[in-house]
Amino acid sequence: MPIVLDHVSYVYEADTPLARKALDDICLEIPDGQFVGVIGHTGSGKSTLMQHLNGLMKATSGHVYFNGEDIDGEKYDKKKLRSRVGLVFQYPEHQLFEIDVFTDVCFGPKNLGLTQEEAEARAREALELVGLPEEVYRQSPFEISGGQKRRAAIAGVLAMKPQVLILDEPTAGLDPKGRDEILQQIKRLQTQTGLTILLVSHSMEDVAEYVDRILVMNDGRIMLDGTPKEVFGHVEELERVGLAAPQVTYIMRALKKKGLEVDVDVITIREATEEILKALQDRG
Amino acid sequence: MGIIRTQDLVYEYVRRDEEGNVEGSIRAVEGVNLDIEPGDFIAILGHNGSGKSTLAKHMNAILCPTEGCIWVDGKDTREPSELWNIRQTAGMVFQNPDNQIIGQVVEEDVGFGPENMGVPTREIWERVEESLKAVGMYQYRKYSPNKLSGGQKQRVSIAGVLAMHPKCIILDEPTAMLDPNGRKEVIRAVRALNEVERLTVILITHYMEEIIHAGKVFVMDHGRIAMQGTPREIFSRVEELKALRLDVPQVTMLAYELKKRGIPLPDGILTTEELLKALGL
Repeated sequence: MPIVLDHVSYVYEADTPLARKALDDICLEIPDGQFVGVIGHTGSGKSTLMQHLNGLMKATSGHVYFNGEDIDGEKYDKKKLRSRVGLVFQYPEHQLFEIDVFTDVCFGPKNLGLTQEEAEARAREALELVGLPEEVYRQSPFEISGGQKRRAAIAGVLAMKPQVLILDEPTAGLDPKGRDEILQQIKRLQTQTGLTILLVSHSMEDVAEYVDRILVMNDGRIMLDGTPKEVFGHVEELERVGLAAPQVTYIMRALKKKGLEVDVDVITIREATEEILKALQDRG
Repeated sequence: MGIIRTQDLVYEYVRRDEEGNVEGSIRAVEGVNLDIEPGDFIAILGHNGSGKSTLAKHMNAILCPTEGCIWVDGKDTREPSELWNIRQTAGMVFQNPDNQIIGQVVEEDVGFGPENMGVPTREIWERVEESLKAVGMYQYRKYSPNKLSGGQKQRVSIAGVLAMHPKCIILDEPTAMLDPNGRKEVIRAVRALNEVERLTVILITHYMEEIIHAGKVFVMDHGRIAMQGTPREIFSRVEELKALRLDVPQVTMLAYELKKRGIPLPDGILTTEELLKALGL
C-alpha cells in the first residue's frame, strides 16, 4: 500500500483562538495504480489533504505512511518523497520559467542530480507521455497555447518519475476539448505506466467519466468514499455540502419520476443512451 | 446604436526580440462586427486562444483596436478623454476573485469604485447596499473577503462593478475557478442582473450549460465570429461545435445521441423538461 493515512488531523493556527481544524481524523489507504478523484467545496480540506501526501504540510496528529515508512519519521528523506509523489498545483503553467519547454522539463530531473543526458532522456519521455509534439520543445513556454502550457507543466513533474501523481484541478480554465485531452492523457498514463493518480476536481462530469474511486471531502473529513456510481447515488448528501451529481444523473432521475423505467445510477452519457433506448424498447 | 458596437475590429499582438525588432505578429481579433443592444444577455464561446478575451478587453478600453473601431455607449474607445466614462459604462469581472478584491471588509471593497469616482459618501453607502443586495451578499457586508467561498467572493467582485452604476457588465470566465455551488450562485446573480436590472451582460465561459438562458451566442475561432445565434440554434450544431473544440450541455448531448440511434427528437434540446416533453413523458 503506497499511501496510508492513520488518524491524520491538521489544525491551522493551533493553540490560538483562531484554531481551525482543516483535517479531522482522516484514515485512508490508496493502493498502487488507482485513479482517485477528490471532490469537495472550496475550503473542505482537499488541498490540505493533498499537501500532506508529499510532506509539504505536517500532520498536527496522526501519521502519513508512504511505501510503509512514516514520512515524518526522524531520518525520513523528504526530498526523495517529493520526487516520488509529484504534485501539480492549480494553474501550474505559472511555474514555467525556463527559456524553452524542453529545458523547463529537464529542470526537475537535473535537480535530482541526474546527468544532462539522463535528464534529457527523461524530459523526452515525459513530453511524449503528455502528448506534446516535438515542434514545441524549443519554443518558449510563454508562447504556446494554454492547454500546451498545462501539459508542459505536468511533464515537468512526470520527468521526476513519480510513483504517485497529484493534480489539483488540472483542467480549470481550459476549453472543453482541452479538458478532455488532458484527462484522457492522464487516464492513459495510469493504464500504461501504473501510476497512482489523485485528481482534485470541481467537475462532477469529469470525475464520473475517468476515475476508479471518489473521495468526497467535507469539513476536513472524508464524507463518502466509493466508486463513482456509489458516490453519485448519494445525490441529496452531495447537494447538502455544495456538490452535485453529474447532470446526466439528474436527467435519469427525472425520467424515472415520469414513469420511464431507467436505472438512476447512470453517470455518463454513454450509459444513459443505452439505458434510455432499452427502457423505450421495453415500453414498445 | 447599440451599447457596444464594433466595426471590422482587428487586434494584432506584435512580438519583439530583445532589441525591440519585430519578430512576428498574431492577429488575435480579425475583423469582428458586433452590435449589442442595451439589456441583451450575450454569451461568447470559443476555445483557448480563439480571441474572446482579447475582444472582451476592447469593451472597456483595456485594449484599443489596431484596425477598425469599437464604440461603447456611442463613445470611441480610442478617444483618451472618454476613457473613464467608458470604464464606468462597461465594467469587467475576471476569472480569479482573489485578484480583484482589495478591501479588508466586503462593504469597503464594494465602495472602492464609487469612492474613486468621487461619489459623495452618503451615496457611496447607498450604492454599496443596493449592489450587495443585488447579488445576495448584503448579509456578508461586514465580513473579511478571505472568509468567503469562491462563489461569494466572485459575487462581491460583481457588486464592486455594480456600485459604479455601469450599463454593461463583461464577465470573462467568472466561474472557471469555482465549485458547482459557486458556479450556480454566480450565474444566478448574473441572470438576475440582466432580467431584473436590465443590465447588459456579456458572459464568456467554457461551461456550456451556463449560457442556455442567453439571448444570443457568439462562437469565436481564429479571432473571427465563426457562429452566431440563439443557444438553441448554436447547440443544434453539435458536430461544428466539437470541431471548434467546444461542447454542448449534457442534456443536449444525450438527446443528440438518442436521435442518432433513431429516437425522433428535435435538435437543440436545452433542458431536462424539454427532453421529457419530446419523449412524450
